[in-house]
Amino acid sequence: MKINEVPQDPKDFKEGDKLRKLVYAVDSEGKYTGVNSAGWDAENTALKQAWDAVDEALSETEAKVRSGELSPIAYFMQKNLMDLPLLAKYIGKWKWQVRRHMKPAVFEKMDPTLLQAYAKVFNITVDELNSFGKDK
Amino acid sequence: MEKINNTQQQHTAPNNFIHHQHAHCESGVTANLLQHYGIPITEPMAFGIGAGLFFGHLPFLKVSGTPGSTFRTWPGAIFKRVTQRLGVNIHTENFRTPEKAMLALDETLITNTPVGMLSSVFYLPYLPEAFRFHFNAHNLVVYGKENGNYLVSDPVMENVSTIAPEDLAKARFAKGTPEPKGYMYYVKEVPATVDFAKAVQQGIKQTCFMMLSPPVPWFGNKAIFFLAKKIKQYPAKLTPRKASLYLGNIIRMQEEIGTGGAGFRYLYAAFLQEAAQLLKRDDLQVYSEELTKIGDDWRNFAYHAARLMKDRKTDLVSYDELSQLLITCGEKEKDFFKRMNKLQW
Repeated sequence: MKINEVPQDPKDFKEGDKLRKLVYAVDSEGKYTGVNSAGWDAENTALKQAWDAVDEALSETEAKVRSGELSPIAYFMQKNLMDLPLLAKYIGKWKWQVRRHMKPAVFEKMDPTLLQAYAKVFNITVDELNSFGKDK
Repeated sequence: MEKINNTQQQHTAPNNFIHHQHAHCESGVTANLLQHYGIPITEPMAFGIGAGLFFGHLPFLKVSGTPGSTFRTWPGAIFKRVTQRLGVNIHTENFRTPEKAMLALDETLITNTPVGMLSSVFYLPYLPEAFRFHFNAHNLVVYGKENGNYLVSDPVMENVSTIAPEDLAKARFAKGTPEPKGYMYYVKEVPATVDFAKAVQQGIKQTCFMMLSPPVPWFGNKAIFFLAKKIKQYPAKLTPRKASLYLGNIIRMQEEIGTGGAGFRYLYAAFLQEAAQLLKRDDLQVYSEELTKIGDDWRNFAYHAARLMKDRKTDLVSYDELSQLLITCGEKEKDFFKRMNKLQW
């Protein structure tokens, strides 16, 4: 790749344009140098697609929390880009236990200490965790 | 008296650490740390001596539902190899608890020693959100503490940043695969002179070995053909959406922030060029130019993969063609490393 071929396609989502990464390219004499790049269309599309998949799944889960199918734990797990094994590790419980906590009936009766632990992992307050999906 | 005070201040000020932006986090941290101790080493040099170039495809290791691919060696290897090969004395340490890890960091910073460490990008608020996934093998340097916050030199960033202690503790103790467990490292002692020629030779030999010799299909040059075979099967085995996400992940591993372009191939070609000048060997310059062209082939593969990904059509012909583009990369690299492996030193 030559210096004038280094793509400068902006990453115009989720603050992606705030960072201009370094890539290596050759100058007219064939000498390698580091060049800043805003991004490349191919790579931007791949990254955007990954985020779109996250956002899509998140809004599906949000709807399920609002309709009473799932507890807010399911929503905040996805919001923090976690899956069940990862959340179970963070909370120090078995996967089947965490899966149970995603049932609204179980969530309602959950121990305050455990609620606090979940809120801490999600970087929110217990109030935010409890009240999610209950408005409107 | 005044003069003594001045020099003392210079030594305790954390700001004497010079931040340079680099393409890749670990080779960047290695270069920045060693430069701090007066060893004139660039990022490509660190990457090459540390034998950073690699390839791997692990369908059984799913990262958020997609099979993992890698274009580089495992985390921690580059820093270890470079310091070993240059005779630099280092300290590395893991911790059981965040409290112990943060205390050890503070104690090391007091001695005015910049500290390298592993972290999860998800918990680094100074990074733009677009890049913050649960990637747990990101390297950065903490070079001081000011007003309760840590001063960070993150090699992928253009400038230095700061981070709150609670965020850094989270980043250092992220869970998942791999787990950083507070892993930190710093330079203890540097030799008076370093032998770059020997280190370059060891690095090149190891890279050839790692690319050519793994007897399993998931690592080294063989894995490129393995992935090509998998891609060919995508239309038959996966839904269009899955196939598209799988392709997207390969492109990201190859081109996203941290690789310097073409899955580290340009970075390695830059190393070969520098090695050619240092050792006055024209043959290495020829290898550099050849790898640049192979890098262009990888870019071509990513370009076509992105087009297919956008379309989301499981058109058999296009996946076949894409697989063929990858096979071309694999065959050229196989020939490349086989010849480079026979270099006389």
